Amino acid sequence: MSVQPGFTANEMMTIAASRALKNDDVCFVGIGAPSAACNVARLTHAPDITLIYESGTIGTAPDVLPLSIGDGELCETAVTTVAVPEMFRYWLQGGRISIGFLGAAQLDKFGNINTTVIGDYFHPKTRLPGGGGAPEIATSSKEIYITMAQTKRGMVEKIDFFTSFGHGEGGDHRQRLGIDTAGPTLLITDLAIWKPDPASKEFTVVSLHPGVTRQQVRETCGWVVKFAEALDETPAPSELELKTLRDLQARTKAAHEGTGKGKAA
Amino acid sequence: MVKFLPLKQAVAENLNDGDTVAFEGFTHLIPTAAAHEAIRQGFRDLTLIRMTPDLIYDQMIGMGMAKKIIFSYVGNPGVGLLRRARDAIENGFPRAIEIEEHSHAGMANAYEAGAAGLPCAVFRGYRGAGLADVNPNIRSVTCPFTGEALAAVPSIRPDVTFIHAQKADRKGNVLVEGIIGIQKEAVLAAKRAVVTVEEVVDNFDDLHPNLTVLPRWTISAISVVPGGSHPSYAHGYYVRDNAAYLEWDEIAADREKFQAWMQANVINRTADDFASRVEHLRKAA
Repeated sequence: MSVQPGFTANEMMTIAASRALKNDDVCFVGIGAPSAACNVARLTHAPDITLIYESGTIGTAPDVLPLSIGDGELCETAVTTVAVPEMFRYWLQGGRISIGFLGAAQLDKFGNINTTVIGDYFHPKTRLPGGGGAPEIATSSKEIYITMAQTKRGMVEKIDFFTSFGHGEGGDHRQRLGIDTAGPTLLITDLAIWKPDPASKEFTVVSLHPGVTRQQVRETCGWVVKFAEALDETPAPSELELKTLRDLQARTKAAHEGTGKGKAA
Repeated sequence: MVKFLPLKQAVAENLNDGDTVAFEGFTHLIPTAAAHEAIRQGFRDLTLIRMTPDLIYDQMIGMGMAKKIIFSYVGNPGVGLLRRARDAIENGFPRAIEIEEHSHAGMANAYEAGAAGLPCAVFRGYRGAGLADVNPNIRSVTCPFTGEALAAVPSIRPDVTFIHAQKADRKGNVLVEGIIGIQKEAVLAAKRAVVTVEEVVDNFDDLHPNLTVLPRWTISAISVVPGGSHPSYAHGYYVRDNAAYLEWDEIAADREKFQAWMQANVINRTADDFASRVEHLRKAA
């Protein structure tokens, strides 16, 4: 779905997500779209952002996007690399992460995420990879940003499994569970930017990407969409942003295809 | 005391049917050669522990060797699902397996508790998460000082842990560098540990003193298997074969294709084949 000549909806999503990151953020990065967004931020307006991958690399600056959370380049370009228990105990649980950046297979309007199963846990229709670091990233990072492409199957009224707790049933549900971090504060899709309502915590559209209509957002979302009264239009990608993202993805594609024919996986 | 053994013998002497076993490595230094040797020797009813099961457990599960897996991420990182594991969980093929699922934080803390000789790990985790409802081994304790409810999981104590590392010295001390993952904890938590290494050197005297070293008396056996981590990687020796991870998705998607691949690339091979598998990757390291 191209929203406007010159860039794709997916590119707009990644670039909009990258803009949300600040130079002094310490960001726990998930693989996929979050990783692309974080590295575009680092290569444009946030050169000193601290990127952390759960394999233990702190302050990494990869030239190509990693295929896994533990590609060698993440370590080679990092300020330091620590053991996995230390990563989760001192750095994440210790409260040293400002932004946890997650993707989702299923998401509800309160920012609860499922990446575990579609269907019943014990008799799943589809077994997904599961949470990895995400259950604790969601509660120990000071804030959570979420990025995903909109589909009715992905953005649902009720998720099948609570892999990562967002705002639960909304309102003060986090506080009632003793969680003192802010939780999901931003959702960036391929069509729009969403923020939680201050009271109900329901995600509300605050900005439409260029060329996107309210109807498109509604048609690709499984819950009844709320729009902010003052709805912005997301600025289109700049030439620099687009070039940075495309160069990064081209380098990445060449690197991952170039390692060999994998005759003995 | 540590013994230097050919891999075939190291695996035969340390792994048994029905064992609880960890083949660890966090993306980096995955002990593929050791796992392939275990597959060739045909062990059954294993409980496989691993944070990120990865291709080697997809292969063991697909060969029907596992009765249970304990894990925190059953995916092919950056690629998608582990299709043989998924077939076992969704369809009971080639056999039904029990699953015990944790988060990475849960597993990392459980290994650390195992290494520390503690019965359980306590940490701030699983709050609001569905795993606590489906895994009876996720419980909670109350902090005796603050009253805070904290998650508790049983420590991990494998019968045997397998890891891959860069170097051993002639006495059997082991050096690991780069992404060091969970390997030190997994070795110290286990009753027995087998390490495959890229090479043996006289000593580590010319290297800096804080590199992760497992002293020789923590290890049962060391086997020299250059390239033994492929398609994972060994920092400083060869790079990750990302193309092989992408290709695995296609191989594992089909039951017959998987079997044919296993015959050609595991059953009818030896540990010596690994050196040639990484030749083209060494140049890029």
